[in-house]
Amino acid sequence: MRPSTPTPGTQPWFPLQERPACCEPKPFIEVEQLSLHYGQKPAFHDVTLSINKGCITALVGPSGCGKTSFLTALNRLTDIIPGCRVAGRIRLDGLDVLAPHTNVIRLRRRVGMIFQKPNPFPLSILKNLEFPLREHGLKDRDRIATSIETVLRDVGLWDEVKDRLNSSALALSGGQQQRLCIARAMVLSPEALLMDEPCSALDPLSSGVVEDLIVGLRNRYTVLIVTHNLAQARRIADYAALFWVQNGAGQLIEAGTAKHIFEAPREPLTAAYVSGMRG
Amino acid sequence: MVKALERHHGGREWLATTLVGGAAVLVTATFCWLLGDILWHGLNHISWTFLTAPPRNAGREGGIGPIIVSTALILGVCLGVSLPLGVGTAVFLAEFTTDESLFGRLTRRSLDVLSGVPSIVFGLFGNAFFCKTLGLGFSILSGGLTLACMVLPILIRSTEEGFRAVPAGYRLSAAALGLSRTSTLTHLLLPAAVPGLLVGLVLGVGRAIAETAALIFTSGYVDRMPESLLDSGRALSIHIFDLSMNVPGGDANAYASALVLVVLLLAINGTASWLTEHWLHRRIVTV
Repeated sequence: MRPSTPTPGTQPWFPLQERPACCEPKPFIEVEQLSLHYGQKPAFHDVTLSINKGCITALVGPSGCGKTSFLTALNRLTDIIPGCRVAGRIRLDGLDVLAPHTNVIRLRRRVGMIFQKPNPFPLSILKNLEFPLREHGLKDRDRIATSIETVLRDVGLWDEVKDRLNSSALALSGGQQQRLCIARAMVLSPEALLMDEPCSALDPLSSGVVEDLIVGLRNRYTVLIVTHNLAQARRIADYAALFWVQNGAGQLIEAGTAKHIFEAPREPLTAAYVSGMRG
Repeated sequence: MVKALERHHGGREWLATTLVGGAAVLVTATFCWLLGDILWHGLNHISWTFLTAPPRNAGREGGIGPIIVSTALILGVCLGVSLPLGVGTAVFLAEFTTDESLFGRLTRRSLDVLSGVPSIVFGLFGNAFFCKTLGLGFSILSGGLTLACMVLPILIRSTEEGFRAVPAGYRLSAAALGLSRTSTLTHLLLPAAVPGLLVGLVLGVGRAIAETAALIFTSGYVDRMPESLLDSGRALSIHIFDLSMNVPGGDANAYASALVLVVLLLAINGTASWLTEHWLHRRIVTV
């Protein structure tokens, strides 16, 4: 049974997801012994983690422990960062992500990403969604229009913007911009969504709206979300993983179901972090 | 005590405000005096005939028709060459090299040195290379190409700044959407870098249109109507220089020509800022 959508902010200790009611625990992304360096500086080291299909997995931990770097390795955004080296293995639904012959463009189409700061393109709302579709080869006007309306409805933006689709996306509020960015990622029908603190640049109200939206993505997308907001992670995550800096590099301390991480962690560091004593 | 302090502060505030304000007034006044002088002496000589007729009696009489045409042609050659080269290099510098790369550093350093080279040196280079080595002679083509060399550093650096001012988030989110580098460049980065390009263009054109030294040795003095780009042609700035330095009694027409030059410059500046505003606005709405 799925729990009803919580109202963010009102109940800090909302009952945890019992267990992935959302999904069978079937790995969609499997990461093995992954390490990432910026030049000589390690960002994280030796991370092995499975991300289950259709679930929301939260990555938590203090700043600078490699959570964002971990996300960017999964869609090979690391390719465009000068001096960035990734070692290890990532399998995405059987695809060897880090293999040199892997089609990066197709990979990024399957794995959407949402950034901390909403960053719609300086184009109209419509063009923000139409541009990626056209670039990926969809030319049919009707199908483009249908896709756009569908995703805008999915992110709850349709009624707010349907009368001004041709006005600049930069005129939207922060929360609306972030929802547009989520729509932009969704319009390419990805299977997974990587979210890098999608709510941290938003005011509490907008943050709540975006959070509800993310909860609604469960089952349809495999969501991997980095968050500093432990209460948020407790509210929305099926699984959680704690990163921490040890010996100068980020490490995966513990991963498991949200219930396990937040209520019965094995590691003392996890216990200290989730109880608010550390971090 | 407090009052004394306030008075003390008030005095210093007043002094600082006066000094800063005075400097601004001085600069503005110089510009107004210059413009006023040109307007006062030049305005009553301006007429349709003056703008279209050929010069007579070494420029003392007649108009500046062929000179305006030569100036436009020189500028056209200059921009036709420097714009594509400049934008190409700027894209390369901003998008395909890092700050640390040797080639990028070398290119930037050479551009900075080039932009500080006195125009007379460009003139001599143009004379030696375009006029003699390439055999183009004293011609509008030689002059335009020499000006292009002069304008390129300014154009490239400010266009590059335009590209660098584009938020990194656009590039990241475009890459994350699986958009190719080429379409990111043409659809997102280039439009966003247009203000920088326009600033470079205005500075470059301003420098080119007012240039005398570089043109004396390359496009020459001939004040006839040019028939092709290989004809020699006299630019406005050279005409003004010649009338005021070499032609006794040419002052009136020199003033009138200077007025035309100033108006042209102001018009180019105005058009560029209008374009920035409207073009960008339109892009956001319709593209």
